[in-house]
Amino acid sequence: MIDLNTLTIVSARAKLDAKEFSAVQLAQGYLDEIKKKNGELNAYLEVYDDVLEQAKVADDMIAKGESYPLLGIPLAIKDVILIKGRRVSAASKMLENYVASYDATVITKLKKQGAIFLGRTNTDEFAMGGSTENSAYGVTKNPHDVSRVAGGSSGGSVVAVAANLALGALGSDTGGSVREPAAFCGIVGFKPTYGRVSRYGLIAMGSSLDCIGPIAKNVEDAKIIFNAVDGQDFLDSTSITDTTYQKVSLKKVIGVPFDLVNGEGVSKEVKESFNQSIKKLETIGFTIKDITLKNLDAALATYYIIMPAEASTNLSRFDGVRYGLHKDGKNLLEDYMLSKASGFGKEVRRRILLGTYVLSHGYYDAYYRKAQNVRSALKKEFIKAFDDVDVIITPTVPFVAWKIGEKNDPVSVYLADIFTVTANIVGIPAISIPSGNILTEGKKLPLGIQFMAPHGREDLLFEIGNKFEAL
Amino acid sequence: MDIKDVENLAKLARIELSEEEKRETLSDMKDILDYVKQIENVRVDDIKTEYDITNVWREDEIEIQDFSKELIIGQFPDVQNGFLKVKKIL
Repeated sequence: MIDLNTLTIVSARAKLDAKEFSAVQLAQGYLDEIKKKNGELNAYLEVYDDVLEQAKVADDMIAKGESYPLLGIPLAIKDVILIKGRRVSAASKMLENYVASYDATVITKLKKQGAIFLGRTNTDEFAMGGSTENSAYGVTKNPHDVSRVAGGSSGGSVVAVAANLALGALGSDTGGSVREPAAFCGIVGFKPTYGRVSRYGLIAMGSSLDCIGPIAKNVEDAKIIFNAVDGQDFLDSTSITDTTYQKVSLKKVIGVPFDLVNGEGVSKEVKESFNQSIKKLETIGFTIKDITLKNLDAALATYYIIMPAEASTNLSRFDGVRYGLHKDGKNLLEDYMLSKASGFGKEVRRRILLGTYVLSHGYYDAYYRKAQNVRSALKKEFIKAFDDVDVIITPTVPFVAWKIGEKNDPVSVYLADIFTVTANIVGIPAISIPSGNILTEGKKLPLGIQFMAPHGREDLLFEIGNKFEAL
Repeated sequence: MDIKDVENLAKLARIELSEEEKRETLSDMKDILDYVKQIENVRVDDIKTEYDITNVWREDEIEIQDFSKELIIGQFPDVQNGFLKVKKIL
């Protein structure tokens, strides 16, 4: 028996190369665990039927003496990333039977390394949500307390890793969808700089915000996955190069926007836990600096204007004509109306309508243009703040994972994104690292701390993250 | 915002809504707009929107992409002789 609980990508790599176990045995270990737990947790929407064949190929490569960081490593892939010939549904009825006709660039890269794809994981429909409750295929449950949400939208990928149903995973992060569930489930979630990882083959939500991000048990594993998938891609014109942003030297100063952290809506327990994390960082030689970012508190409102505007544009392509769900009406217009009505769930419709509203004549200036102005202002404020600090930290989430069904109104769910949306608005990299637990109704519920770095400085997040994790 | 606005948005977005869905949408939209309206009070007069927009060029060379015609055609709701068949537009 392989002890999956203590296994990491790093240790699995060593053991695969030393032939302590084979890729087939490792994959079988995960398949057994999935069989036991997935019924309750609902992390996977589909477990692929060729996992052992993929593992056999990896074993053949290992036998030939090949070694890549992810060769034979079993991964879970969020159901918004295309793998050729496999179903990809975005957890929506709209794409229930959609089969991808090409590989996403991240998948091409993982395939080259011989990584194993265990299956596709649950998400809020079209990645729209923070709890996986908006999936058309049922909620994903938090392994720390199955009466609570796992977070989202990458809830399935996060639970797969947190519950030992995969060794690592890919998610997507438009406003915190990798980091928030990672915090709720006690693992590492990483959002790279905008453009650092190609989005070719990612089902789009908000194109100026979307990032593909690694999900892993620790910072080192997240870094390994990141290094496997990053890089400029001519198929994604927004992708950046290593030289797009300048490097600066370390100051050993960490900025904290205390105004926001101490604001209302952040639970007492989260504030206490965050203050403990700050003390820990001081013990390893970091100076903490209180920073004020004038428009930081407007980030969430900005996000909930820009994101639906872009989402409504991106999702207009799902019209029942070329692919996806098709409902037949009397004429073409009716086909559109009926297909969209039956294909899209409540939250997706809400965001499409909201986006249509903020982009419509008469409201465009007040909402969308204003939001773009605030976005530019915030970006400037962050770039200026990084003159004095290496990274900026906040809690990842303002409270612990909520009870399934507890939050009924959309705004209360949106407020969970208060700390995470900023990195997407500004385009900077950010990582969520476990920062302790809060005993809630007899269950230990995890929390996370978020580190944000300047554009292009993922290396700082890994370096400081490694140090924080070791404390 | 009233129910007429919701109906108009639904028409623009090509989404059929039932009467109940319209009422529910109206109430949700009001809550969300109440929240995002705070952006009106943000003063950024001195800031001009900056878009990081640059042209991304590449050589005009044919690169063979790994698409599967069969898979794409297989997704069409209606197909005739390998072409997508749609209802008449006019």
